[in-house]
Amino acid sequence: MAFDKNSNSFTFIFAAVLVTVVGTLLAVTYMSLKPAYTENVRREKMQNILSAMNVKVARDAAPEKYKELITETLLVNAQGKPVEGDAFSLDVLKQYKDWKAGEVKSEDLKYPVYKATGAEGQLYILPMVGTGLWGPVWGYLSVKKDGRTVYGSTFDHKGETPGLGAEIATPVFQDQFPGKTIADENGTYTGIKVYKGGTGTTDPHGVDGISGGTITSDGVNEMLIRTLAIYDVYLKSTNTSTAAR
Amino acid sequence: MSTEVLTPEAKPAEPLFSKKNRALITDPLNDNNPITVQVLGICSALAITVKMSNALVMSISVLAVVVVGNVIISSLRNVIPSRIRIIAQLVIAAGLVTLVDIMLKAYVYDVAKQVGVYVGLIITNCILMGRYEAFAMGNKPWPSALDGLGNSLGYAWILLVVAFFREIFGSGAVMGMRVIPESWYSVNGGFYFNNNMMILPPMALVIVGIIIWIQRARNTKLIEAA
Repeated sequence: MAFDKNSNSFTFIFAAVLVTVVGTLLAVTYMSLKPAYTENVRREKMQNILSAMNVKVARDAAPEKYKELITETLLVNAQGKPVEGDAFSLDVLKQYKDWKAGEVKSEDLKYPVYKATGAEGQLYILPMVGTGLWGPVWGYLSVKKDGRTVYGSTFDHKGETPGLGAEIATPVFQDQFPGKTIADENGTYTGIKVYKGGTGTTDPHGVDGISGGTITSDGVNEMLIRTLAIYDVYLKSTNTSTAAR
Repeated sequence: MSTEVLTPEAKPAEPLFSKKNRALITDPLNDNNPITVQVLGICSALAITVKMSNALVMSISVLAVVVVGNVIISSLRNVIPSRIRIIAQLVIAAGLVTLVDIMLKAYVYDVAKQVGVYVGLIITNCILMGRYEAFAMGNKPWPSALDGLGNSLGYAWILLVVAFFREIFGSGAVMGMRVIPESWYSVNGGFYFNNNMMILPPMALVIVGIIIWIQRARNTKLIEAA
C-alpha cells in the first residue's frame, strides 16, 4: 500500500470526508422526510383538539373531521380580547417555554381559541400548557356555549412517570372534567382545581388529582387556574355580547 | 484504497454459512449474550421494556444500526486511521441512529413518540461500540454482518421477554392487546390489580436478573470454576 493511513494528513482528510459524507446524507434524508413529519405533527394536533370535544378519530382521518367540525379559530391576548393572528400555527408549548425563560412578557402571550360545532351545539376548545414533574404538560379543554361548563378534556405530557403522573393522559383523570364549571352561578371565576389524589372531591370547580403524582397534579392545577383565568375573560365578553343581542 | 475487503468470496475456502459463521449468530443468543453475559446495553433494556411494541421497535432499530454499522466499519477497517478510529465509529453510529430516528418520525409517528428519547440513546448503547471496535475493525464485512445480526438478536430476545412480563403484569396486555379481562379488575368489581412496580424500571432489572439466574443454572459453560 502506497499511503500511510496513520499519517497526519490522511487522518485529517479521512475525518473531513467522513463527516461530510455523513452530514450530507443526514441533511438530504431530513429534508426529504420533513414534510411527512410535519404533517404527522399537524394531524396529531387536530386529533388532540377533536379529542377535547370527545370526538375520537384516527390520526389520518383528523384533517377531514377537523375541517368539518371546527368552524372558527382565533387568538385572544392576555387581557382576553380577540387579536389578529393564526391560531392553529401558534406553538403554545414554545411560547410557554419562551415565557418561562423570560423572553416573552406575560402581557404579550397569545391564547388560541377553537370554536366548534358538535352534536351538543357550539363549543370553545381551549389549549393550555404547564409544567409537570419531569417536563411540560399540556391539554385542551372544551367549554360549552354558556362559557363555563366543561364538555370534554384531553391532557398529555412529555415524560411524566408511567403509572403515576402519566395518568393525566388517561380517561381515569380526564373523565372527571365534563360537567365541571370554571365559574360559579354569579359568573365569578373559579377555574378548576386539582385536589390531592384520592380525596374524592365533590367540588363542582375541582377534580381529584393523581395519587402518587402530586407534583404533576399541582402542575396541571396551576396550568388550569392560570390559563382559564384569561379564557374566562374572553368567554364572558362573548357571552354578554350574545345576551345583549 | 483496498477493495478486496468488499468481496468476501475472494478467498475460495469458506462457505457463507460455515460453522464458524453460524456460531457468530448463535453464540450471542445464549453463551455470549450481550445483555445477560456481557451485561451491555442494560440501560435501554430497563427503559424501553414497559410495552412489547416499544421493545420490538427498539430491537429492530438496534439491529439495523449494528448490522449496517458493522458492515460499513468492516469495509473501511483498512483505511480508518487508528488514532481516530473510535471517533470515526461514533460518527457512523450517530449518523445511522439519526437516520433511524428521522425515519421513525416520518413513517411510524406514534411509535416514534413513545421511543423517541431512547432512539437517540442507541448511540450510547455499548453493544454498538462494542461490536464495532471488537469485531468489525478486525473482520471482513460478511462475518461482521452476521456478528451484528447475532448480537442484536441476542439483545432483542431479552428485551422482548422482559417486555412481555412487564406488559402482562403491569398493564394486563400483550403487544397492546388486552389479555386480562376488564371484569377482573377491582375498579370493575373484580379482584385483580395491575402491578405498578412492573411499570417502573427497577422491575426490569429484577426480570433481567431472573433471566441471568435461569440461564446460568442451565448453561454449564457460564458457570465459573469454583
